[in-house]
Amino acid sequence: MQWETVIGLEVHLQLATNSKIFSGSPTTFGAQPNTQASAVDLAMPGMLPVLNELAVRYAVKFGLGIGAEIGMRSVFDRKNYFYPDLPKGYQISQFEAPIVGRGSFEILMEDGSIREIGITRAHLEEDAGKSLHEDFHGQTGIDLNRAGTPLLEIVSEPDIRNAAEAVAYLKTLHRLVTYLGISDGNMAEGSMRCDVNISLRPVGSETLGTRAEIKNVNSFRFVEKAIHHEIDRQADILEDGGEVVQETRLYDADRDETRSMRSKEVANDYRYFPEPDLLPIVIDDAYVEEIRSGLPELPAEKHHRFTEQYGLGNYDANVLSDSRSLADYYEAVVADCGDAKIAANWVQVELLGQLNRSDLDIEDSPVSAANLGGLIQRILDNSISGKIAKQVFEGMCQGEGSADEIIEARGLKQVSDSGALEIMVDEVISGNAAQVAQYLAADEAKRKKLVGFFVGQVMKLSKGQANPQMVNQLLAKKLV
Amino acid sequence: MHNKSVAHLVQGLREKQFSSVEVTRCFLDRIAARDSQYNSFISVDETSALAAAKAADKQLAGGDAATLTGIPIAHKDIFCTDGMRTSCGSRMLDNFVPPYDATLIQRFKRDGAVILGKTNMDEFAMGSSNENSFYGPVKNPWNTDLVPGGSSGGSAAAVAALLAPAATGTDTGGSIRQPAAFCGITGLKPTYGRVSRLGMVAFASSLDQAGPMAHSAEDCALLLNTMAGLDPLDSTSSEMPVEDYRARLDNSLEGLRIGLPREYFGDGLDKATGECINVALKELEAQGATLVDVSLPHSQLTIPTYYIIAPAEASTNLSRFDGVRYGHRCDNPTDLHDLYTRTREEGFGDEVKRRILVGTYALSAGYYDAYYKKAQQVRRLIKQDFMDCFEQVDIIAGPTTPGPAFALGAKSDDPIAMYLEDVYTLAVNLAGLPGMSVPAGFVDNKPVGLQLIGRHFDEARLLNVSHRYQQATDWHLQHPAGGQS
Repeated sequence: MQWETVIGLEVHLQLATNSKIFSGSPTTFGAQPNTQASAVDLAMPGMLPVLNELAVRYAVKFGLGIGAEIGMRSVFDRKNYFYPDLPKGYQISQFEAPIVGRGSFEILMEDGSIREIGITRAHLEEDAGKSLHEDFHGQTGIDLNRAGTPLLEIVSEPDIRNAAEAVAYLKTLHRLVTYLGISDGNMAEGSMRCDVNISLRPVGSETLGTRAEIKNVNSFRFVEKAIHHEIDRQADILEDGGEVVQETRLYDADRDETRSMRSKEVANDYRYFPEPDLLPIVIDDAYVEEIRSGLPELPAEKHHRFTEQYGLGNYDANVLSDSRSLADYYEAVVADCGDAKIAANWVQVELLGQLNRSDLDIEDSPVSAANLGGLIQRILDNSISGKIAKQVFEGMCQGEGSADEIIEARGLKQVSDSGALEIMVDEVISGNAAQVAQYLAADEAKRKKLVGFFVGQVMKLSKGQANPQMVNQLLAKKLV
Repeated sequence: MHNKSVAHLVQGLREKQFSSVEVTRCFLDRIAARDSQYNSFISVDETSALAAAKAADKQLAGGDAATLTGIPIAHKDIFCTDGMRTSCGSRMLDNFVPPYDATLIQRFKRDGAVILGKTNMDEFAMGSSNENSFYGPVKNPWNTDLVPGGSSGGSAAAVAALLAPAATGTDTGGSIRQPAAFCGITGLKPTYGRVSRLGMVAFASSLDQAGPMAHSAEDCALLLNTMAGLDPLDSTSSEMPVEDYRARLDNSLEGLRIGLPREYFGDGLDKATGECINVALKELEAQGATLVDVSLPHSQLTIPTYYIIAPAEASTNLSRFDGVRYGHRCDNPTDLHDLYTRTREEGFGDEVKRRILVGTYALSAGYYDAYYKKAQQVRRLIKQDFMDCFEQVDIIAGPTTPGPAFALGAKSDDPIAMYLEDVYTLAVNLAGLPGMSVPAGFVDNKPVGLQLIGRHFDEARLLNVSHRYQQATDWHLQHPAGGQS
């Protein structure tokens, strides 16, 4: 049978606040265990939560970023369950009245097609601590540094149909939240964690199959692999006439498989009810409008503008709008050199290649946008060839200065002096009699190919500095 | 010295009739000599109390003293005290020494008051007789065969027995007013949000409220001046400005309209108690107040509503007591489940377990709408009843309890009979209103309490009415025989 995959994603996004959502403890990653846990985070008797306003602001920012309904009156609820790294025995979350309602955004697929994915809701909640099972000899260590870290749980509609769409969704989401500046999006540090709800149904069927939930998948690649694995697993069960069990599963990256964590039958009854220690969050239009007016240009808008304003293709626009800093860098280069397409080429090929090799972010680029723009100017005004420009770029990466300084210091300026070039052209012609004869015997079409040899020889003789256009003109004049 | 009111002690300290160390010493000695009869204190730290008194004397000498500087005050053992055990009457917290002060304790310390000790209470404030304490029952100073009421029974007994000039308590369903009535003292439950809940071990978050317990309305006003006010660390504390609660104490009652809910004077009310209340109301009438017949039509729903909401909130508030971070932990747990079940089995008493079970049930999937949600809807109706009454009257008056203190053990096997004790007090918590109990006579040598209920944040008026009443009566000045000398 042909199966259709139905996927919905729940993303737990860590919001980039300095302090926790209900206490003043810092949220810095990587501190010594339990050094960032206050009496509130430890759920000491009598301690009470106080809401961090910035978390609310960030959630509203997100809602506006996906064109969602904003919950003007949202309510915190207690989600009750016992676990050692959940100090209060309940998590403060939002159940019936989330801060962000229905919205959507578009994802761009590799083939250039666009899909719209619905967002069911997004709500604020606090993170739990960590249980550490290694190093404690049959016991469990509890680290509550993470307890109370603000999370925005973003729940998608079951609109996703395959692993590629899931990854595109996550990448688009990642880009959006980093653009908005509401999360550092650092997946390795758990700032963006993903639960995958996945089910299969016969193609053409409208009813949803039984789903499994794969918990805490923490990289784009693992999401892809986990989905592939889970599709195969469920398809095998269904092909054999079996039934998929509704359960929570864990993706084991080492073995590339998912396995059962617990089935929903024995799952907790969370006994949600409104958190009496916190008042409902009531916001007004002025608050929302103030946030809206401070929104940056969003990735989709920027992408669109890049195609319109700079004539870039979808792919180039996508790469260059990947982050606000890269896009800003690109636009600064364009402003300096005036040629959007060459700038796009240089930023994507040379600059990003170099950053990749040295594992640097655009913010830490050794080549400033002004220097790269200056370099492209020298190509455009024929001071140097594209090939020489790469040498200059390398010099920039070594910190040798601006394009002009490097060209000057390394003596790389293009030779456009027709007298000097003529001497070199003559030398090549006289030194390659056989090739000259062959050239002269050939027809027009073949000549076009053969002339490249002479150009190459001149360039070699000039150490690449000869102006290729002038060399071509001289050769055409002399080879007769 | 021990039978002076807080107001007199304040004056005496100012006039150097005695020092704070002398006052504190006096009460510490009385506790040491007499509390074995009443069991009203769980913890007393003489050394730190005397050190605080000494510091207060310095402040008094320096002339920069606050009103309560040097006054020893007993605190219900539900308020966290930095470096001093805070048990909440439970084995679960028998070993718990908080590294912080409750906001209320901070405020008393700021004003230079001395912590005399921590008073006994029903475990986690759950009870109406103080028989649910891990530290044993408290005895009523008027008759040690009787209960003192609960859950702030230790505070009420300590004040009644003149072991402390004043005390703090908490009131979730009557836990200040009912023991105040049973012990013949004055107790005020302020409006929900008037006093910070930070550092007060939570029972039912939407109902809990701390308040003063003392001999007189004037003393309650003095304590409330220190206790009340916004706490940015308690999101449910109110921004409403705090007034000087002494300022209006002497206002005339001329023209005051007092509502008498007919539901509070019906069949359930002990006849002799009712007569005491009627005599008290006559006194208020004599001072110019008008008595108005009113109705709180949803009164019969108060007990079921309260006994869903309070246990539901309690069931999750008490989840943190899991043996992982502080408090009791069972010996040698074999696994996580064993750690949880044995810790909680051993750490909690029967009444606490009963309420956790009831609350968990009321919140569970499939029952939430029928119980918790419905109870919240009824709660709004109960509140609306009061709002409607306050259209016609300024305060509401009635008995604090259906009858006077009962014998120890009389109701301890019958939770429903025990819950009925709170029939007149619970609605005030559900509506978030301020309520007071004022001594209003005796039935067979057992004190009777007159309950006064006010509009939200109208504590000053309750104190005014109580004070005027106490100017004309001496019930609040009577002390149990064992407490004299």
